[in-house]
Amino acid sequence: MSTATSLHQSRKRKNGVMMTLCVIAAGIGLVWLALILGALVYKGAAGLSLDVFTQMTPPPGDAGGLLNAIYGSVVMTVIAVIVGTPIGVLAGTYMAEYGRFSKLTTVVRFINDILLSAPSIIIGLFVYELMVRPMGHFSALAGAVALAILVIPVVVRTTEDMLNLVPNALREAGTAIGAPRWVVIKSVAYRAALSGIVTGILLSIARISGETAPLLFTALNNQFWSSNLNAPMASLPVTIFQFALSPYEEWQQLAWTGALIITLTVLALSIFARSLTGRREDK
Amino acid sequence: MSAAQEALPAIRGSRDATVKRFALTDAVFHGMTRAAAILVLVLLGGVAISLFAGSWQALSTFGFSFLTTESWNPVTEKFGALAPIYGTIVTSAIAILIAVPLGIGIAIFLTELCPRPLRRPIGMAVELLAGIPSIIYGIWGLFVLAPFLQTTVQPFIIGVFHGIPGLNSLFAGPPYGIGLLTSSLILAIMVLPFITSITKDVFDTVPPVLKESAYGIGCTTWEVTRRVVIPYTRIGIMGGVMLGLGRALGETMAVTFVIGNAHRISTSLFAPATTISATIANEFTEAVGDLYTSSLVALGLILFVITFLILAIARYMLMRIDARTGA
Repeated sequence: MSTATSLHQSRKRKNGVMMTLCVIAAGIGLVWLALILGALVYKGAAGLSLDVFTQMTPPPGDAGGLLNAIYGSVVMTVIAVIVGTPIGVLAGTYMAEYGRFSKLTTVVRFINDILLSAPSIIIGLFVYELMVRPMGHFSALAGAVALAILVIPVVVRTTEDMLNLVPNALREAGTAIGAPRWVVIKSVAYRAALSGIVTGILLSIARISGETAPLLFTALNNQFWSSNLNAPMASLPVTIFQFALSPYEEWQQLAWTGALIITLTVLALSIFARSLTGRREDK
Repeated sequence: MSAAQEALPAIRGSRDATVKRFALTDAVFHGMTRAAAILVLVLLGGVAISLFAGSWQALSTFGFSFLTTESWNPVTEKFGALAPIYGTIVTSAIAILIAVPLGIGIAIFLTELCPRPLRRPIGMAVELLAGIPSIIYGIWGLFVLAPFLQTTVQPFIIGVFHGIPGLNSLFAGPPYGIGLLTSSLILAIMVLPFITSITKDVFDTVPPVLKESAYGIGCTTWEVTRRVVIPYTRIGIMGGVMLGLGRALGETMAVTFVIGNAHRISTSLFAPATTISATIANEFTEAVGDLYTSSLVALGLILFVITFLILAIARYMLMRIDARTGA
């Protein structure tokens, strides 16, 4: 009787210890997030002013802003999304609509998942060999292509998943009134999966807006205003990288402010994207 | 003949044309989607081929010794990948050792302990952590974590392990703040959300009946987790861990900030070191000479091969879990 009780006690104690450890683990995870965001807001907000959005990146020791870097990031992101999204949506459409059970789909899904988590610096090297070396110089266009390659796997994945969720009865109804397959896809499947596909695009924007490594040797950087796609262009992440590692206090402050801007953008995009699909799940 | 009968051939003709047009447009659309899907394969193939072509000069110059030499000297043009490979593997291994118990702990907390209304917000917070760009972790690591480690944690650890053989060389000073261990800590924070969210997802695939029956014979929560949930989801957890490992191996910016960029292998975890991706990020634009550039691309090829294998294994394991649940 007493051994049974003590065994029960020790099992309960063990359970208590392990569960406490789990709560501590969750606490550590949340504290880390709070620490990083806290430091970011504390250090970044100090430099936040209108100048950041209206002035060029300064030479060492001068005051200035991040206008050319923000402009470069926006330009390259927009081109990357315009190039990458149609390819991603079409590939996802093939996988979910035409070749749902084909071998090609299985292989593409596997390779796409690997592209999704492949190191982005590898993509940078690829575009360097593909574009920068043959053209002989760094360019904003090469940077945009590198980012587009990062957009594709995210969009492929979400498009396929979202189209797979569209009930087949809807497609059958479309086919029954004599519409060809692509009209059914365009007017029925895309419409039903629209919010999911938009979510994928938003998540891909969130992903590429903070990417630094693939831009280091494709778009390089530019201290000045440039709207020439065939020349090096500044971008927010590369500017942060350069300024943070510099010994100048003004530059470091701008790096923190830039980091805050990127993080707020990324968090806002992800939360907005999640709220788009979240509403669907709750229904 | 009535008017309707007269019109019939015309209608039939236009019907045929319409059907033909439909078939054609559908074939075009089908072809476009198929081409896009194949393009995804071509992309990965292109990456492999271009890295191989770019690194050919270095590989043919140094041969196999590229993998086994530590020296990295741009002046004499002697390049060996051993130090970056060592740094990559050590930082990733330590990061995984830290992140796996934490990640599984958080997953258990989220699936078993957390009050229901809090599950979604906490789960979402963890996932948001995964979305924060790596450069943010880098700048935080350089300006917040490294000085903290340098002034408080590292001198303390060096003092404690000073006289203990083995450990004193593992934790040998001076405390720079940056180095192998700092990079590992940052990597651990970065891979934690991936491991957590995948572990949580595979925990959710355990049929409730299994857990209920274990609770029914009087098991504690820990015993249910240890004896039912974890064995049932073992492959999926392994997949999540491998995915996290793949991320850690390829992570660039965060490590570049805090690793210290020293091409040497040191026994101390506090020493500055380098990783494959940090070396490429730091030196690529400054590399003069084809052999130097080619050696850096060769490093990229090594990283690509390693991460490809790890990620392929991870995806295979996760696919097996998916197949079993029919998801």
